[in-house]
Amino acid sequence: MAPSFDHLADMEEDDYAEEEELDFSDLRERFEVQLEQGLDTFVVIDGLPEVTEETRPKLIKFLLRKLDAVNKTREDSIHMPLGEDGKSYKFAFVEYPTPAEALAACKALDMVQLDRKHQLRVNKMTDIDRFGREGRIEEQFVPPKIDEFTEKEHLRSWLADPSGRGRDQFVMYKDDRVQVLWNNDKDAPESIVDRQHWTESFVQWSPQGTFLTSMHQQGVQLWGGPSWTRQKRFAHPFVNLVDFSPTEKYLTTWSNRPISIGEEGHPALTVEDDGKNYVIWDIETGKPLRSFANIELPSNSSDENGQPIKRKIIWPAFKWSADDNYVARLTQGTSISVYELPKMGLLDKTSIKIDGVMDFDWAPATPKRDGVKTYEQLFCYWTPEIGSNPAKVGLMSIPSKEIVRTLNLFSVTDAKLHWQSDAAYLCVKVDRHSKSKKSLATSLEIFRVKEKGVPVEVVDSIKDTVINFAWEPKGDRFVIITTAEVVAPSAVPPKTSVAFYCPEKVKGPGVGNFKHIRTYDKKNSNAIYWSPKGRFVIVATVHSQQSFDMEFFDMDFEGEKPENEKDLTANLQLMNVADHYGVTDIDWDPTGRFVATSASIWKHAMENGYHLYDFKGEQLREEPVEKFKQWLWRPRPPTLLTKEEQKQIRKNLREISKVFEQEDADRGASADLAVVEHRRRLLDEWLAWRSSTEEDIREEREARGLPLDPVEGLIKKTDESEDQVIEEIVEEIVEETEEVMS
Amino acid sequence: MRPILLQGHERALTQIKYNRDGDIIFSTAKDQHICAWFAHNGERLGTYHGHQGALWTVDVDPTSTLIASGAADNTVRLWDIKSGKCLKVWDFNTAVKRVEFNEDGSRLLAVTEKRMGFLGTIVVLNIDLDPEAEQDDEKKLVIECEESKPTVAGWSYLSKYIIAGHEDGTVSQYDAKTGEQLDNTQVHDVDGLITDLQWSPDRTYFITASKDKTAKLVNARDLEVMKTYPTNTPLNSAAITPKKDFIILGGGQDAMEVTQTAARQGKFEARFYHKVFEEEIGRVRGHFGPLNTVAADPQGKGYASGGEDGYVRVHQFDKGYFDFNYEVERQARAAMQQ
Repeated sequence: MAPSFDHLADMEEDDYAEEEELDFSDLRERFEVQLEQGLDTFVVIDGLPEVTEETRPKLIKFLLRKLDAVNKTREDSIHMPLGEDGKSYKFAFVEYPTPAEALAACKALDMVQLDRKHQLRVNKMTDIDRFGREGRIEEQFVPPKIDEFTEKEHLRSWLADPSGRGRDQFVMYKDDRVQVLWNNDKDAPESIVDRQHWTESFVQWSPQGTFLTSMHQQGVQLWGGPSWTRQKRFAHPFVNLVDFSPTEKYLTTWSNRPISIGEEGHPALTVEDDGKNYVIWDIETGKPLRSFANIELPSNSSDENGQPIKRKIIWPAFKWSADDNYVARLTQGTSISVYELPKMGLLDKTSIKIDGVMDFDWAPATPKRDGVKTYEQLFCYWTPEIGSNPAKVGLMSIPSKEIVRTLNLFSVTDAKLHWQSDAAYLCVKVDRHSKSKKSLATSLEIFRVKEKGVPVEVVDSIKDTVINFAWEPKGDRFVIITTAEVVAPSAVPPKTSVAFYCPEKVKGPGVGNFKHIRTYDKKNSNAIYWSPKGRFVIVATVHSQQSFDMEFFDMDFEGEKPENEKDLTANLQLMNVADHYGVTDIDWDPTGRFVATSASIWKHAMENGYHLYDFKGEQLREEPVEKFKQWLWRPRPPTLLTKEEQKQIRKNLREISKVFEQEDADRGASADLAVVEHRRRLLDEWLAWRSSTEEDIREEREARGLPLDPVEGLIKKTDESEDQVIEEIVEEIVEETEEVMS
Repeated sequence: MRPILLQGHERALTQIKYNRDGDIIFSTAKDQHICAWFAHNGERLGTYHGHQGALWTVDVDPTSTLIASGAADNTVRLWDIKSGKCLKVWDFNTAVKRVEFNEDGSRLLAVTEKRMGFLGTIVVLNIDLDPEAEQDDEKKLVIECEESKPTVAGWSYLSKYIIAGHEDGTVSQYDAKTGEQLDNTQVHDVDGLITDLQWSPDRTYFITASKDKTAKLVNARDLEVMKTYPTNTPLNSAAITPKKDFIILGGGQDAMEVTQTAARQGKFEARFYHKVFEEEIGRVRGHFGPLNTVAADPQGKGYASGGEDGYVRVHQFDKGYFDFNYEVERQARAAMQQ
């Protein structure tokens, strides 16, 4: 789970307090803007014709006409010095009231024809001084030295686990230390790198696992390669959040403080970025592409003092299309702005106006619609009811801006958009109110994106409010959590129900209608975590004070199937129930083999640490970790194997796994042996230390003339005659027999 | 292992001590009197009245003739075990947090609290083990601790060193004759106040318990940390078991920090670790408050724990305890017998 904004807000104070000075001096040197005070309101105009004392006013007048086209200039602000021979030097100085006007003049007037023979060259005085002064520029052209090519570290080397077991890495952030480790299932994880103060607020992997992101007051840094060296820096001062594009080409950084470029300039950003909050960077070059300011929306609500309540920021604000070709931002209520990469220009130079638009989301994969051959990306959006117009859900194709499908809805309170990971389905969770607006009910509108005409199927058999929804990754089943009560922030968690859905079986290709499988009632569950490979799902209660259940379900149980579920494409089975006190986060590893559950100090300070489970819900490890903050599995890039190769592996799985099972068994045996050896060594060392110490003490006692046992002598001193012997007579009846006397 | 519950104190226990033979247990609590108990059946042998403040500490001399006690009334008192008579009162400026006899009972050390402008000190007194004798008034040695106050202290083998544990997690070694500081080592975390220090039978090494949730086994000669026992709760006490290579740790969240959740226990258990392998072996539950003190029977037959809940629980080890051995220990023993 990516760190959310919530916990960042209150972390700021503590974690940013300790300032670790980053060395940006090399960047600064390269990009430092030298500003010399006072002279930056002057420009120098070259390329003037030669004039004399007499003709000079004429030329100045003529020149003024050109200059006035940009900024009003007075005659006496033009200085055209004359040489000793009474002739001008063919240049003039012009003084402007502000540096900005001087700059504007340089931009507008440079290379302008004065007349047929003369072309103006306009430069800032400071630039002439900097670059034109003797010695500053070499007379001879020296070709720039191109550094010898040095091979960079392989950024994906971690995928070849040195142990050959295909283990996964994870990053753990605790107290002020960041550690990257190999997961060793039952055994203690193996540390790869361990650094103190690696980050100031949190860490984050890039979406394909290439980079580890660290956050600093001065900006964001990316780390990677086998030696964990710094790969890139993005100097966004006071950055709070960071978001990668899906293919790791671009990066968005955000700070709640607008960027302020001072007099001394900034190593990476320019004056144009001043006042902006977002910066979109090119990761490859490390250069900013474009920056944006926050969109300040008038808030409808206000707090007790009448101050408008600041809206929570929507993160990510800039959403990426699946292939990184577009990035878009919503201006709630009016429009969506789509920018084309890498130029970052607005698509067709204009935002897409959608009245009332509340939310939008890109398809998470490049869609393959039936009958559509041309390249497209899709996004969906929804608009609420405005006046007598119904609420609408729309699907728009980019770059054509064609609306592929719309759906009208009535009595809508809220809607949430959920894409399936292949962009095969879009589920819109619609909360509807009754006519009296007293009760809420939810319907699910499922768009079948891949089918012709994008048909919409409605699941409206749900009576309660759906508080959570999750598609099976790469699959077509989903889980919902519903509650009858209105979710209010109260100490008692609401009773919830967990319901499972899947398509029914149909003859031939295609996917059947979505059918309800089963519902589990009287739960406290509030979160759904699908395995990234599908099939297995955890339904859990997180961030709760009373309940910490985690239920592991299998959607394709290989055992017997209930008769009434014969027509469904799932066989639901509860495999295991686990309990982790104070659990706040649950994270599947990218292969879907392991699950890490953790209790982070960001949420509460009780029993911080992690548990590790396998996909069946069998607990492998449990470790309390002081000041535990974060556990993040390193994502993997998409597989390089072709569909055919994958199929082949699946077919021969039994054979392949035999080898690994044998390896596991061998390793287990040798690990046991190692433990025994270790213990033997410890015991030998201990016994050796004991005997040498005992020997030393004996010698020392003898040398001092002390008895070997310090106490023995003392006790002898007491008078033996005083000793009492207490005899206790215990009667024990061994046998009792009764005889009748005649 | 069915414990004997000793319900003689009305307030939180502060220290428990076995005598050398392991047949009598002395306990102190904040309720101003010392109790003596028979270890084998929990019958009370007697109480010692006289202190005017919470009792912090007690120790018994190696011949089981006298006991010394220290309390919040700024006194150290010496008592005749048999008669219950108070033989001597030494007055101090501040509360006495720890007393301990040296190995032959000829000297006693007392650790005084740092308070009201007085530094924490370690004071040495001469003791005559004869209950009839007149005790010496003079404080033979006063070690003032300027840097960090001492919380616990004890005598090493041959009464050669005085070892003290401090508030800042350090352990110091003093020359027992001159009081000169020979060594000072950061054994626990800087904010890990040392709560207990108990000796091995021959006083060549000792165990410290700390608020930093660890216990450490330390060599008395050079203050080298030989073993570390990490736990998940602040520790109040640690004891070394004779006969078996185990250690016993006691602690638990402080009463004021205990979570409100009823279902959750405050980790009020005695934990057994293997002394050499640093592995946890087992836990004993029972107290319903943090364990303030644990003591091991010098004869190795049992142990006692005292809790914030006001109870002393005396446990006699059963057969399984004595039979438990690691495979390597069994092998080592077999090798030695050959």
